[in-house]
Amino acid sequence: MSAHNESILREPLITGTNITYSKITDDVLVPVENKPNMAWWIGFGIALTLALTWVVAISYTFWVGLGVWGLNKTVGWAWDITGFVWWVGIGHAGTLISAVLLLFRQNWRNSINRSAEAMTIFAVICAATYIIAHMGRPWLAYWVFPLPNQFGSLWVNFNSPLIWDVFAISTYFSVSLVFWYTGLLPDIATIRDRASGFRRRVYSILSFGWAGSVKNWQRFESVSLILAGISTPLVLSVHTIVSMDFATSLEPGWHTTIFPPYFVAGAIFSGFAMVQTLLLIARKVMKWENYITMFHIESMNIVIIVTGSIVGVAYLTELFVAWYSGVEYEQYAFLNRISGPYWWAYWSMMTCNVISPQLFWFKKIRTSIWASWVLSIVVNIGMWFERFVIIVTSLHRDYLPSSWAMFYPTPIDVLLFVGSIGVFFTLFLLFLRVLPGIAMAEVKLLLKSSSDQAKQKLIREGKIDAEQAEYYQQSLEKFDSVSKSDYAKT
Amino acid sequence: MGTNNQHTHNFTQQFEFSGKAKTWSLIAILIGVAAIAYGFLLDPAEYHSERTFANLLLMGYYFTCVCAAGAFFLALQLVTQSAWSAGLIRIPQAFAKVLPIASVILLVICAAGLFSHNLYHHWNLEGITEVGNEHYDAAIAKKAGFLNAPFFLIRLVFFLTIYSIFALVLTRFSDREDLVGGLANYKKSFKISAIFLVIFGFTTPIWAFDTIMSLEAHWFSTMFGWYNFAAMFISGLCAITVTVILLKKAGYMSWVNHNHIHDLGKFVFAFSIFWTYIWFSQFLLIWYANMPEETVYFFKRWEPEYKLWFWLNIVINFLAPVLILMTRDAKRRTNTLLAVCILLLCGHWLDYYLMIMPGTVESNRQFGITELGIFIGFVGLFSFLMMTQLAKKPLAAKNHPFLEESLHHSI
Repeated sequence: MSAHNESILREPLITGTNITYSKITDDVLVPVENKPNMAWWIGFGIALTLALTWVVAISYTFWVGLGVWGLNKTVGWAWDITGFVWWVGIGHAGTLISAVLLLFRQNWRNSINRSAEAMTIFAVICAATYIIAHMGRPWLAYWVFPLPNQFGSLWVNFNSPLIWDVFAISTYFSVSLVFWYTGLLPDIATIRDRASGFRRRVYSILSFGWAGSVKNWQRFESVSLILAGISTPLVLSVHTIVSMDFATSLEPGWHTTIFPPYFVAGAIFSGFAMVQTLLLIARKVMKWENYITMFHIESMNIVIIVTGSIVGVAYLTELFVAWYSGVEYEQYAFLNRISGPYWWAYWSMMTCNVISPQLFWFKKIRTSIWASWVLSIVVNIGMWFERFVIIVTSLHRDYLPSSWAMFYPTPIDVLLFVGSIGVFFTLFLLFLRVLPGIAMAEVKLLLKSSSDQAKQKLIREGKIDAEQAEYYQQSLEKFDSVSKSDYAKT
Repeated sequence: MGTNNQHTHNFTQQFEFSGKAKTWSLIAILIGVAAIAYGFLLDPAEYHSERTFANLLLMGYYFTCVCAAGAFFLALQLVTQSAWSAGLIRIPQAFAKVLPIASVILLVICAAGLFSHNLYHHWNLEGITEVGNEHYDAAIAKKAGFLNAPFFLIRLVFFLTIYSIFALVLTRFSDREDLVGGLANYKKSFKISAIFLVIFGFTTPIWAFDTIMSLEAHWFSTMFGWYNFAAMFISGLCAITVTVILLKKAGYMSWVNHNHIHDLGKFVFAFSIFWTYIWFSQFLLIWYANMPEETVYFFKRWEPEYKLWFWLNIVINFLAPVLILMTRDAKRRTNTLLAVCILLLCGHWLDYYLMIMPGTVESNRQFGITELGIFIGFVGLFSFLMMTQLAKKPLAAKNHPFLEESLHHSI
C-alpha cells in the first residue's frame, strides 16, 4: 500500500497525541474489559423493553394468526414487507464499508467497518423475522428451501423472485458473517491475551488459535481480499433481488426497470444513515473520538448526500417516465402517490430522502455532530416511508376501482415494528460489551502513516510544502477531538 | 521512504503529435468522409440516407460520450481525492478538451437528421399530432409537449454546452496549476467538480432519453438513462486505458507503472460487470413482466436480423472482459489489457448499434462500407483532435498535489 507516502492533504484518520499501539488497544477495549456504565444500562434497559414488546407481538401473531395485522384483500402486503425491506436496506452499509471500500482502498473504513458489519448482521436478522412472521406457519419455514417432496415440503417455484430472495439473503448473511468473524480473529486474540481465567478460555476458543504469526497475517490479508471480491457483487445482488419482488410484477408503480440500481442506492443510503446514528452515540459514550473522527463523520455524510441524490434522480425519472409512457394506470399510480390519500407519505419520503440531505452541501452542517445525527434519523424515517409509499400506495388503488381500499395498521403492526428496533439495539449493545466495536488491528495499521501525530511529525521535520501544511492544519479546525492549542505549538 | 523527489521522471515531457499517428488518423478521417459520401450518394440501397444518418448518429453520440466520460472521470478523481490517477490525468483532460467539438458535431447530426426526417421519424413526422391526419398517432401526440423539434434541440444545446463549459474550466484549472503551483487551483477545481457531477448526474438520463430512446418514441424504460451512462463510462475508461498504454509503448510517461495500469484494468473489469448488471436488469424485468408495450423493444432485437448481434453484444461486453481480466496478472499484462479494451470499444459500438438501428433502419439492417467507414472516420477524428490537445501541454500535471503519492502507488 502507498500509505507511507500519503499526501499531507488527507485528513488524519487517528487524532490525539501520544497514541501508541497499546493505547489503541486500551481505548477500544474499555467497554469489553470493564463493567458497563450507567449510559449503557439505560440504553440496554430501553432496548430490552422494546425487544420484549416484540416478543409479545410476535407470539400473539403466531397464536392468533395473521388477522391481527391490518392487512386486507387489497393491501395484502404492508408494514411487514415495509419493515423487511427497511431492515435489509440498512444491512447494506456494513458490507459496502467492509468490501467495496476495501477494494477502493478507502482507509477510513478501518475504524467503522466492525460496528457496521455487526449492524448488518443484526439488521438482516430483524429482516428475517418479518418473513418468518408472515409465513403464518413458521414451523414450516424450511419449506422455502428446495427440499425434495418426500421431506414434507413442496418443491419451490424457481420462477418466483421470492425464492431468489431466500438465496440472495442467506448467501449475503453467511458471507457477511464470515467476513465479520474473520476480521475479528486478531482482535479476539488480543482480548484473549489480556484476559484470565474463564474469560481467557472462552476468547481462546473464539480466536481459533490465532498466533499473530506472519503466516497468520498473510492468510488474513488474502482471505479479506477474496471475501471482499465475493461480497461486492452481493452488495448489489441482495437489494436488486428485493427490488425484483416488486418490479417483476404488473403492478403500476412497481413494474419499472430502474428499480434494481435505485433500490441498491437507497439501501446504501439508509445503511449509512443507521451507521451514523449508532456511531455518533457510540464514539461519544465510549470516548472513541480519536478513532472515529470528524473526517469519518463527514465522509459518511458525503456518501449519504451522493446516494440520496441518486435516489432523487430515480424518483424524478419514475415520475417523468410515468408521464412519458402514456400508460394511464402508470400515470394514475404516480398522481395518486403525490396527491392521493397517502400524499403525506409521499411528501415525507421526498423531504426526508432528497431535500433534507442536501443540507449536507454545507460544510458547517456536515461537520456538526448534532446536525449529522438528526439528519441521519430523518433519513431513517424517510427510507421507511419510501418502502411504505412503494408498497401501500401502489397496492391500495390499482386496476379495479371497486376493490380500492385503505390500509390502517393495528397496534400489533406497530409493536412488531417498534419491537424489531428494540431487538436490533439489544443485539448491538450486547455486541459492544463482548467484542471490540472498532477493528483494533486494522486501525493500528494506520498509526504510522495516517494519524495526526505522524503528519504533525512530518510537518515539524520540515518535509512538507508550507502551503500544503497550512491546508492540513486548516482542515483540522472542525475536529472536536483536536484542540487547537495542541498544534499551535508546531 | 517519506522523502521526496528521489525520482528521475521528466515531468515536462510533452507528447509530439507527428509521424505515423498523425498520418494514420488523417487517413482514417478521409476514409470516414469517403464512407459518408458513399452512403449518401453511391449506395444503391433504398434506405441509404437513413442508414448513413443512423451511423452518423451512432458515431457522433459515441464520440461525444467518450469525451464526456473523460470530463466525468476527471471530476470524479478530483472529488474523491484520488492519487492513483494523478499521473495520467492529462489523458482524460485531453478527452474533455475535445468535448465542445464533439458536441457541435452531434448537434449538427441531430438537427440535420430531424429536419431531413431521416432520424427520429417515430415522433417527428408531419401531422403526427393532428387528429385526422393520416400520420396521427395518439400515443405520440400525448408526448408532443416534450418530443418536439425545437424543445429537443434546446435541451441538447443546453446540456452539451454546460458539459463543455465545465470540461474546459476543469482542464484550465489544471493547466494553470502547472504554471503557478500551489493549492488555489486544486481547491477551485474540487468545488467545480462537485457541481459538475451533480448537474451531469441529473441531466444525463434525459440526454439519453432524447438522443437514443426517442428513436423508438413509443417505448420507454426508466433504466435507459443509467444504461447509457454505464455504456458511456465503460467506453470512456477503455479509451483512456488504450491511450495510456499506447503512450507508454511509445516511450512516454515513465511515471505511470504497472500498478496504475492494473488500477485501470480493475476499473474496466468492474464497470464491464456494472454495464452488464444494468443491461440484464432492464432485460430481465421487461422479459419477465411481458407487457407488449415494453417487450416490443426486445422483440425487434430478437428477429433474425439482430438476434446473433444481440447475443454477441453480451459475449463481447461481459464474458470477454470477465473471463480474460479475472486474474491479477491479466490486468497487469499491458498487451492483454490493450486487446480487451480495443475489443470493448468495438463491443460498445455494437451496443450502440443495437440501440439505434432497430429504431431507424429497422429490419433493413446492414453491415458494410457505411458502418465500417464511418466508425473508422470517427476513430480517426477523435484520435486526431485528442492527440492535438494532448500535445499542447506536458504529459504530467507536475503540480498536482497528489502526484507525489501517485509515484509511490503500488498494489
